[in-house]
Amino acid sequence: MPKAQVTFEDIGVTVTVPAGTRLIEVSEQIGAGLTYGCREGECGTCMMKIVSGAENLANPSVLEDKVLKENYAGVKNRLACQAQVLGGVVVVRPG
Amino acid sequence: MSRTGAVRPGEPVAIAPDVHWVGALDPDLRQFDIILRTANGTSYNAYAVRGSDGVAVIDTVKAEFADAFFARLWSVCRPDEIRAIVLNHLEPDHTGALPQLLAAAPQATVYLSYPALKMLKGLVKDGLDETRIVPVDEDTRIDLGGRTLRFIHTPYLHWPDTQCTWVEEEGLLFSGDVFGCHFCDTRLFNDRVGDFRFSFDYYYQHIMRPFREHVLTALDLIEPLAIRLIAPAHGPILRDAPASYVRRYRQLAAPLLANEAGEREKTLLVFYISAYGNTARMAEAVRDGAEGVEGVRVSLYDIAGGDPGPFVDLIEEADGLVFGSPTINGDAVKPVWDLLSSLTLVKVKGKFGAAFGSYGWSGEAVNMVEDRLRGLKMRVPRPGVKVKLIPTEEELASCAALGRELAEHLVGRAAPRYVDFTAPSALTA
Repeated sequence: MPKAQVTFEDIGVTVTVPAGTRLIEVSEQIGAGLTYGCREGECGTCMMKIVSGAENLANPSVLEDKVLKENYAGVKNRLACQAQVLGGVVVVRPG
Repeated sequence: MSRTGAVRPGEPVAIAPDVHWVGALDPDLRQFDIILRTANGTSYNAYAVRGSDGVAVIDTVKAEFADAFFARLWSVCRPDEIRAIVLNHLEPDHTGALPQLLAAAPQATVYLSYPALKMLKGLVKDGLDETRIVPVDEDTRIDLGGRTLRFIHTPYLHWPDTQCTWVEEEGLLFSGDVFGCHFCDTRLFNDRVGDFRFSFDYYYQHIMRPFREHVLTALDLIEPLAIRLIAPAHGPILRDAPASYVRRYRQLAAPLLANEAGEREKTLLVFYISAYGNTARMAEAVRDGAEGVEGVRVSLYDIAGGDPGPFVDLIEEADGLVFGSPTINGDAVKPVWDLLSSLTLVKVKGKFGAAFGSYGWSGEAVNMVEDRLRGLKMRVPRPGVKVKLIPTEEELASCAALGRELAEHLVGRAAPRYVDFTAPSALTA
């Protein structure tokens, strides 16, 4: 099984996950401070900052891009309910 | 206005040259949005700003007050003169008359913040012409001819969409819900109405307080403005000493309690309630464990001995929160829920949290409290401790470890943790 590692910097937890996992599937189970609203990529509540490893996430969809823009996102922001980790190591934190 | 200064039905009120209040009064309202009470009703303030090239309408009113709004609006302008409809905040009490206004003034462009865009689609579901909608930011200027509208980005005061509109030439701040209150008085202006100080502070405490950090950011933008008049979306229009209301917001947004912990110290509060003393013993163990971590000031509170109000003030200033509840009939106990449900008044997002408790049969309370803490957007980095009936020394040591590890998170000294979700037993680890 292809794997990836995600570190949730705000609580110091690193999780090994199957490649293809969305961050929303992991962050709540381990108590990270990423918070969710609609869970469908519309509200922007779960905007997070990619500290490193952005290249290991699937590119944002047209919908995610639109919502990021509407929420004044920076270049390092993604939506945790949409972002899918493909492999390697990704470090994230709320914000 | 009449000689006594009261607003007359159907009559607009001039608040500046060619700027009119065209809102509606709702004196009989006693409860607003479920969470707020008002002894004086409220007003839904909307405004019309005229320039040499057209009219801007700032906000509208609650739907059932549309007739009063249009009666006043059409007495200061014709529908075809309206160039701009500015929406500072899309909550229905300010957008109820919008569909009618859009239909009456089909040439008008709607200006709102970017986050408001999606909400507008939820409010005007049928036939919204998106070519009429223009999101604005702080660089946008709308020139009405001798009157320029600017926009101040004030998100989360108290919705994601909220903004203020600033008319440079007149020093007018159309502030939306900011600086507003539920206080209905037909004399309309702050130097004529009754004493509304309580309503002003009450509105802040219930509407703005959970967004204190955003209030402080917004005040940094608003304070430098040379304000001659603040025109909020509810309550009196602030033409006398408007800056004093800005200063009052600065005071209200300051921490309620002087933090007695040193600047480098973190604060951890342990709340518990106990039927037979078992959860109380666990609470003491959690406290003892946390106290061993340098730089953390720990406090222990029996919820049965206090009211949610003062506890909420403490919680607002704290860095970490631990809640202990027994399980009774498959649930956490009511005093715990009463406290947890009071936390919507303050910001707890990002604080560290944990739960523990003794139980007799099934022990659901701990997980339920943890879920609530996550729902409040807190970080819950360690699983809680559940103990069947009387805690053993080993179980008390687990409580102490929970306290210690949470305290270590507060000071940034928590040991890194590794979890493998690809292992077969990952979810139960």
